Amino acid sequence: MSDLEKFRLETRAWLEANCPPEMRRPMTSEADTFWGGRNAKFSSEPQRVWFERMRDKGWTVPHWPKEYGGGGLDAEQAKIVRQEMAAIGARQPLVSFGISMLGPALLKYGTDAQKKEHLPKITAGLIRWCQGYSEPNAGSDLASLQTRAESDGDDYVINGQKIWTSYANYADWIFCLVRTDPTAKKHDGISFILFDMTSKGVSTKPILLISGYSPFCETFFDNVRVPKSHVVGTVNRGWDVAKYLLQHERAMISGMGERGVGRPLGQVAADSIGSDEQGRLEDAMLRGQIATFEIDEAALAAAAERAVDLAKAGQAHPAFSSAMKYYGTELNKRRHEILMSAGGVDALEWESERSKGGARPRAWLRTKANSIEGGTSEVMLGIVAKRILDLPGA
Amino acid sequence: MALVLNEEQSMLRDSARGLISDKAPVSHLRQLRDAKDATGFSRELWKAFAEMGFSGLLVPENFGGSGLGCVEAGIVMEEIGRTLMPSPFLSTAVLAASALSRGGSGAQKSQYLPKISDGSLLAALAIDEGAKHRPLQTRLQAVRSGNGFRLSGDKAFVVDGHVADLLIVAARSAGKAGEREGLTLFLVDPKTKGIATERTAMVDSHNAARIVFDNVEVNADGVLGEVDQGYGLLDGVLNIGRGAVASEMVGLSEEVFGRTVTYLKERKQFGKLIGEFQALQHRAAQLYIEIEITRAAVLKALQTLDGDFANAAAAVAVAKARAGATATQAVQEGVQMHGGMGMTDQFDIGFFMKRARVCQELFGDANFHADQLARMKSY
Repeated sequence: MSDLEKFRLETRAWLEANCPPEMRRPMTSEADTFWGGRNAKFSSEPQRVWFERMRDKGWTVPHWPKEYGGGGLDAEQAKIVRQEMAAIGARQPLVSFGISMLGPALLKYGTDAQKKEHLPKITAGLIRWCQGYSEPNAGSDLASLQTRAESDGDDYVINGQKIWTSYANYADWIFCLVRTDPTAKKHDGISFILFDMTSKGVSTKPILLISGYSPFCETFFDNVRVPKSHVVGTVNRGWDVAKYLLQHERAMISGMGERGVGRPLGQVAADSIGSDEQGRLEDAMLRGQIATFEIDEAALAAAAERAVDLAKAGQAHPAFSSAMKYYGTELNKRRHEILMSAGGVDALEWESERSKGGARPRAWLRTKANSIEGGTSEVMLGIVAKRILDLPGA
Repeated sequence: MALVLNEEQSMLRDSARGLISDKAPVSHLRQLRDAKDATGFSRELWKAFAEMGFSGLLVPENFGGSGLGCVEAGIVMEEIGRTLMPSPFLSTAVLAASALSRGGSGAQKSQYLPKISDGSLLAALAIDEGAKHRPLQTRLQAVRSGNGFRLSGDKAFVVDGHVADLLIVAARSAGKAGEREGLTLFLVDPKTKGIATERTAMVDSHNAARIVFDNVEVNADGVLGEVDQGYGLLDGVLNIGRGAVASEMVGLSEEVFGRTVTYLKERKQFGKLIGEFQALQHRAAQLYIEIEITRAAVLKALQTLDGDFANAAAAVAVAKARAGATATQAVQEGVQMHGGMGMTDQFDIGFFMKRARVCQELFGDANFHADQLARMKSY
C-alpha cells in the first residue's frame, strides 16, 4: 500500500471516529456556520466538539505549517482530507476569511512577526477577520479607492469609508487597502494594512439586502491610528498583495453553494412536483434544465479538481481563478433559480414557520450577489480576455 | 489520480500531434473531399498509425497491442479533432478493439485483435437504425436458424461501414424494442450474401454507410458475448466510444477557438482590432471557460473508464453532453467572429462546424445524455 493510500485509510477512520453525526448533514441556515472570533458562540454542542477536535488535529487548515496551528500536510494529503470529508458530508469546522483570504497573503507577503502573531489565531478560530477593499466609488474599479493613510511618526492615521465589508459588525480585525501615496499612479500608492476593529475611530453599520439579511456593512474610519509595523508587504505595493488575495477569494466564492452535497436537484424537484408513471419529473422542461444543470455542475467539480492538480504540477495559469469564479457563481445562481422553480408557490413563503423563515427565497436572493462580490462576472471575463487570452486592451 | 496528463501520456500526445499535424492537416481532408476519394481516408496514413502503435492502443499486449487505456485513446482522438483527420481509429482501434477484447471468446480475440493491432483489419460497429441514437430501440432481427441466426433489418450511420472487413452488429434476438434483454452482438463478414452496403457521403466528408441485411446467415460462433445479454457489453463499448468522441470534440473546440482568438488579434474594423471590443472579449472569455471545464470533465470520464469502468456511465454522460454543447458553441462563435470569411468554403473553419455537428449526433447528443443522467439519478 502506498503512503497516500495508508493516509487515506487513516483519515477515513479518524473522521469516522471524530465527526459527530450532526455535523455530517447539510446546513439548514447560516447560523450553522462557525466563524470563530472573540465573541464566537457555538450553535450546538456537536458543533463545538467537531471544531475543537479538528483544531487540535491542525485540520481547520490542513495544508498550513504546523507551527501556525495547521496540519502540515502536502497538497496531495490535503486533497485526501477534503475528499474524505466530502464523502461523509462533513461540514467545515471553521469558516473564516482569515483562512480563505488573509492567511495565504500573509504566508506569502507577511514578516515572520506578522505570521507568528496572526496565523495561529486564525487556525484556532480566535480572531474573526473582515476585508476592507471596496469603497462607495471604488467597486469594480477597485484601484480608484480613496481611503487615505497619512504618516505620523510610527503610525498611520487613517480616514475614509469602506463598503460591502462582509460581517464587519462581527469582525475583530480588518485587512484593509489604503492610499499611502496620493500623488502616485492609482495602482502604485496603495498599501495593505491590518488593524483591530476596536481601535478608536472605527464604526460600522450593517446594510440590509434584498434577502432580508445584512451580511455586508459600511465601515467608517475617523482618524484611526495604526502602527506602521502592521503594513503587509512593501509600502505602496499593496496592490500585489491585494491581487494575490483576490485570487484566493475568487477560488472560495466559486466553491460556494456546497456543490454535490445533499440530494440531487432532480429528486428535490420530484418531491414537490411529482413524477409520471415512468418515474420522470412531471415537468419535462424543468427536468431538462435540471439535468443540464447537473451536467455542468459535475463538469465544474472536475475542473475544480483539475485546477488543484494543475497548480500542484506547476501548470496552472495564475488568472484561472477568475474563470472559476465566473462559472461557479453563474452556476450557483442557476441552481437557486431551479430550486425556486421546483419549489413553486411553496418557495415564495417569506416568514412562515414551515418555510424556516423563508430560507429558500432568501438563499435565492443572496446568490444574486455572487456574481458581483469579489469582482463582477464582467470583470472576471475581462481578466480572462486580457491575461489568459492576451486580447488587446481597449 | 491527478486530473492532468502524466509524462508518458504527454509524450504520446506530442508524437500523435507531430504525425497528425504533419501528415494530415485540414487540407488533407479537403483533398479527399474534392477528389471524391472512394476510401475516404488515407490507407498509407493508417499504416503509419499502426507503425506508431496507435491502432493497437487498446488491444491487450498478448494480442499484439500496447494494452493502454481510454485516456490514451482520448489523447489520440483529441489530436484527430484538431485537424479533422479522417481515419478508422474510432471505428476500428477504439470501438471494435474494445468490443472484441471485452466480449470476445479466445478464438475471436486471436482471430481479429492482432490484425486490428497491425492495421490490416478494419472493423465497424453497426447500431443506429433511426434518425437519433437509441441503442435500446434496436429492431434489426436475429432469428434462430439451424446452428446460428438469420439477420434482417437496416443500419444507418455505420462509421467506416463501406470499407470494413468486419461488422459488429447489434440485433434483437428476443423481446421488443426498448427492452434491455434480448439484444445480441454479432460478428459478420460484410461480404456475406444478403448484405447491401451504401456509402453515405456525410456533411463533414467523413465516412458512414447505410447497410441492409436481408436474411443474412451467421453461425453461432459469430455471436460476440452472450446471446440475448449483449446490452451490457454494447453499452460499455458505447461509453468508451462516447468518451473518445468527446475527446475529439475537445480537440476540435480548442482548434477552432485558437484560430478565432488569433483572428481577433489580427482583424481590424472601425480602426481597431476587433479583439479590443468588449462584446467579443467577453464572448471569447466565456468560450475559453466552457472549453476548460469541458476538458476537465472529459479527462475525468476517461480516467473513470480506466479506473472504475462499471461506474463510469454518469461521468461519460456528463463528458459527452458537455463536449457536444461546447463544440457547438465553439464552431458557431468561430464562424460568426470570422464574419463573411467564415462562411466561405475556401476557409477551413466551416469544416469544423460540419464535423462538430456529426460528433454531436454520434452516440447520443447532449439531450440524449442529459436524459440518461436524469434516469440514472431517478428523476
